[in-house]
Amino acid sequence: MSPSPVRPPDAIARRQDLLAPFDERRELVPVQESALLANRGMALNVDWVDSVRINTSAVERRAGTLGTRRTVKKDWQVAWLLRAITCMDLTTLSGDDTDERVRRLCAKARRPVAQSIAAGLGIEDLPVQVAAVCVYHQFIETARRALEGTSIRVAAVSAGFPAGLNALPERLAEVRRSGDAGADEIDIVITRAHVFAADWPRLYEEVAAFKEACGQAHLKAILGTGDLATLRNVGRASLVAMMAGADFIKTSTGKEAVNATLPVGLVMVRAIREYRERTGMAVGFKPAGGLRTARQALDWLALMKEELGDRWLAPQLFRLGASGMLGDIERQLEFHSSGRYSAGYHHPLA
Amino acid sequence: MANPSVAEKFRSMEYGAAPEDPAHANRWLDEHRRRFAHYIGGRWKAPAQGRYFATVDPSTGEKLADIAQGSAADVNAAVKAARAALPRWQALAPHARARFLYALARQVQKHSRRLAVLESLDNGKPIRESRDIDIPLVARHFYHHAGWAQLLQGEFPGYSACGVIGQIIPWNFPLLMVAWKVAPALAAGNTVVLKPAEFTPLTALAFAGLCEEVGLPPGVVNVLTGDGSTGAALVAHPGVDKIAFTGSTEVGRAIRRATADSHKKLSLELGGKSPFVVFEDADLDSAVEGLVDGIWLNQGQVCCAGSRLLMHESIAASLVKKLQARMSTLRVGAPLDKSTDIGAIVAPVQLERISGLVRQGVAEGASCWQPDVALPAKGLYYPPTLFTNVHPASIVAQTEIFGPVLAAMTFRTPAEAVELANNTAYGLAASVWSESINVALQVAAQVKAGVVWVNSTNLFDAACGFGGYRESGFGREGGREGMRGYLQPTWLRKAPPLRAAGSRRRAAAAAAPAADAIDRTVKLYIGGKQVRPDSGYSLECRSAAGGLLGEAPLGNRKDIRNAVEAARRAQAWSTATTHQRAQVLYYAAENLAQRGTEIAARLAAVVGRKQAADEVRLGIQRLFTYAAWTDKYEGAVHSPPFRNIAVAMNEAIGTAGVICPADAPLLGFLSLVLPLVAAGNCVVAVPSARYPLVAGDLYQLFDTSDVPGGVINIVTGHPAELAKVLAEHDDVDALWCYGEASLCAETKRLSAGNLKQVWTNDGRRLDFFSALQGEGRFYLDHAFQVKNIWVPYGE
Repeated sequence: MSPSPVRPPDAIARRQDLLAPFDERRELVPVQESALLANRGMALNVDWVDSVRINTSAVERRAGTLGTRRTVKKDWQVAWLLRAITCMDLTTLSGDDTDERVRRLCAKARRPVAQSIAAGLGIEDLPVQVAAVCVYHQFIETARRALEGTSIRVAAVSAGFPAGLNALPERLAEVRRSGDAGADEIDIVITRAHVFAADWPRLYEEVAAFKEACGQAHLKAILGTGDLATLRNVGRASLVAMMAGADFIKTSTGKEAVNATLPVGLVMVRAIREYRERTGMAVGFKPAGGLRTARQALDWLALMKEELGDRWLAPQLFRLGASGMLGDIERQLEFHSSGRYSAGYHHPLA
Repeated sequence: MANPSVAEKFRSMEYGAAPEDPAHANRWLDEHRRRFAHYIGGRWKAPAQGRYFATVDPSTGEKLADIAQGSAADVNAAVKAARAALPRWQALAPHARARFLYALARQVQKHSRRLAVLESLDNGKPIRESRDIDIPLVARHFYHHAGWAQLLQGEFPGYSACGVIGQIIPWNFPLLMVAWKVAPALAAGNTVVLKPAEFTPLTALAFAGLCEEVGLPPGVVNVLTGDGSTGAALVAHPGVDKIAFTGSTEVGRAIRRATADSHKKLSLELGGKSPFVVFEDADLDSAVEGLVDGIWLNQGQVCCAGSRLLMHESIAASLVKKLQARMSTLRVGAPLDKSTDIGAIVAPVQLERISGLVRQGVAEGASCWQPDVALPAKGLYYPPTLFTNVHPASIVAQTEIFGPVLAAMTFRTPAEAVELANNTAYGLAASVWSESINVALQVAAQVKAGVVWVNSTNLFDAACGFGGYRESGFGREGGREGMRGYLQPTWLRKAPPLRAAGSRRRAAAAAAPAADAIDRTVKLYIGGKQVRPDSGYSLECRSAAGGLLGEAPLGNRKDIRNAVEAARRAQAWSTATTHQRAQVLYYAAENLAQRGTEIAARLAAVVGRKQAADEVRLGIQRLFTYAAWTDKYEGAVHSPPFRNIAVAMNEAIGTAGVICPADAPLLGFLSLVLPLVAAGNCVVAVPSARYPLVAGDLYQLFDTSDVPGGVINIVTGHPAELAKVLAEHDDVDALWCYGEASLCAETKRLSAGNLKQVWTNDGRRLDFFSALQGEGRFYLDHAFQVKNIWVPYGE
């Protein structure tokens, strides 16, 4: 098997479809001046990777003021929170997950905002559902059945998640099985050791191999940014993963000590922007881990809007990997609807 | 049916309006019936002439309040109140003053939002900035200086307050400038008369209210409102001991002239055209963000704004592209909207200035680019603007625009970057972007600026001195050096006036040459060479008894010009190691000791045997003192409240002129010249008028002690005449003038051209034979200027 960054034509076609807005939401993504191309990957360009410069203090400073430079209030805040829901990968990745637990999650994914709140806000007609449900490989089938008849996608973590330290052939086999089981998207974690060793060719080959193993499914490459430790590592790994064909780059497994932080996110989205500017190809971004509050959702959306523009505010190119965040968003929405601060137990469990 | 409002916003994902509620600030204005008197002696006092002017919200053009117009009578009342409050304020224990400053810090925090909203209403700056930058820095400044008040006696022994301070502040950071001025003044035990800017008086008046609330004794802080004429009256008032001014370089020059004929201390924080240098190995996205903070903070109305972008050629195109993309996402709009990046320009006159300079830039052929951003239909707004195809000669590269306008140029090498960075009359701040610590620190060391931010920009903290080199002014605000500006040695206050020189020997002018007179050929000493004077004339030099001792060359303006050029060529002295400089000075001490007897013998004919012996003995000690100091007058590592190394580096000022005392020809010369030389400056000295022949002994001493040519230049002649040439010379960076009050005043007045740092005895007599008065930190503090280099770190 030789890993190839070049996608089978049908996969490209399908990716193009995805980039065209979902049918019933065609107006979601404003018409833009230049078309976005799906990421077909490119040959590894080590010079480019080596030229990455990240100044941590300056990045932290920008990240620290993102949330203070932009504020959305009232109806705008409602709209932004609804948009956050449509970009959500509603996730359960616990050792004690069961089929029943996954079905409960899927039920919530179908109806993320309680009927009463939607009525109160007058938004029943808006197509608000989460983007995907994210589960372990073995629950793909369960999730697929539970989501039948919706356009909610099934995302599976695969390839020895979360450590990703099984032998590569085993991980590739698992990815293929996930695809065969009907996962629309597959989240894999890169081998962090390749980053520490600055062994960009091996990292590239690994991600390219995953991409090929994904077949029709979309590849989300988890960098494990908490493990990578430095922002420079994050920037370089982001580039290599994109060159190798990743459809999304994703911060964390949710299992590292430090998960998605705004500075890490800023470095990754700037890498996406640079990649887009130089190749014309668009890669999505998914922060994951530690995302719990509505306020965080607004901050991440502002980050995407500021650094990448409005086209990256749609599920095709942005996901929030979260389990607890939806509950807080619902509470905020109920507050907007009723004028009273909300209680957690008012809202159906995810 | 979907709620059309939410549905539309769900699709557009615009930010929408997010206004800060001005109700509290408006209520406060209403409580004062939107009419403000002066705050003098703890009372609100209507203006003597009954005149008021309007302060306006620049984003709407609506009047906010009527403000008292201060007249000379009001200034007089305020200075009197400050003077009256002084004894009781100074009698307070430092701890008691610390409590007041602490109370002010707390009071600012308690009312932070009202102050922030008021600031944005009056000035037009975005609420994000007034809320997150200005007001927190105000509180921080009072906290920090509560600390200095507490530690005053232990940290500044032998120093005491100056007295009544007149403070004149600009409109760009109204309340922050109040804090920068008032906090150190009060901590040092001064009382103040503060004049806020005409365009933005409201927060200073609100601050007066805070002073009332914390029970600050009446008269300690007086707030006087008005226009430039009020400021001029304050500057001119004889009851003021120090003027602290922040504002334009032009007004700074006028104040320099206006205060020349007085003992008033002066600190000036003036304009800038600060370079923002981006190297090819910089994090370009972060550098772009730095520019947002550098030139689009406060609509670019920032004295230290990074307004000259210097780009490494290899990344220039890419940086400009990134910059334009970022500029397109800047939001220009209502100051009180929480999502506004660029608010309103403070006043119509400023908006006209900005657009006028931009038009001139375009007419000169520079390429002007502005993003397609929406400007509000009403109010004073200007879009973010980028000039490329700019050259050092372009008006937009030279003139301080004080608006959201960036001028971009390229460079090829680090050396060229430094050359371009320093190609300006200003020297306030610089920002350097590189991931190489070698490049960044090299440039930081070489750039002529009081503040250098590495991979960052516009960082401020009360613990770090802020202030300029060159025509950006002198004096520092913040930190230990800022405190020093509001203190003076206690003995200085009691120093007697200098006796008029020359009267003693006038009578003996006709006496015959003494029998033991030696005919010596003394020349000028310029660039390490003995040279004849341009004039071809000589100056008679007589003994105390009236006998002719010899003739000294009569130096003129051309000799001074040559000496200054020689000094400029010798600037490598400033980068010689401190060890090298110490060695030279120790060696000079050794040589003076060797030749002490003969030098003293010659000197004795003028000053008597005892003084001559003392001058030689103490001269040797003084050489040791400054040899010792060369590697011990060290900088500091500050502790501002975030992760970085902020280094205060003491640097030489450059070329210094020295007018030496007449009375102690040898010791006086050494007392003034040595601290400057120890600090790495190059000196053009005019020796004692009474005994200029000392020059011959001095240059032989320096010549044999390995002092590099041009480091010490000696031009004999009439001090009053040569002092003027030095004071006016634009390539002289500092001037120490010891002489009668009229000469001191003259040099200060004439220095306004390049705003060189002039330090004089203000006509007082200093005792160079006393170690307390004649040597040490008091001199070194004036021989160096402080550069603060901020280096955030972290990988």
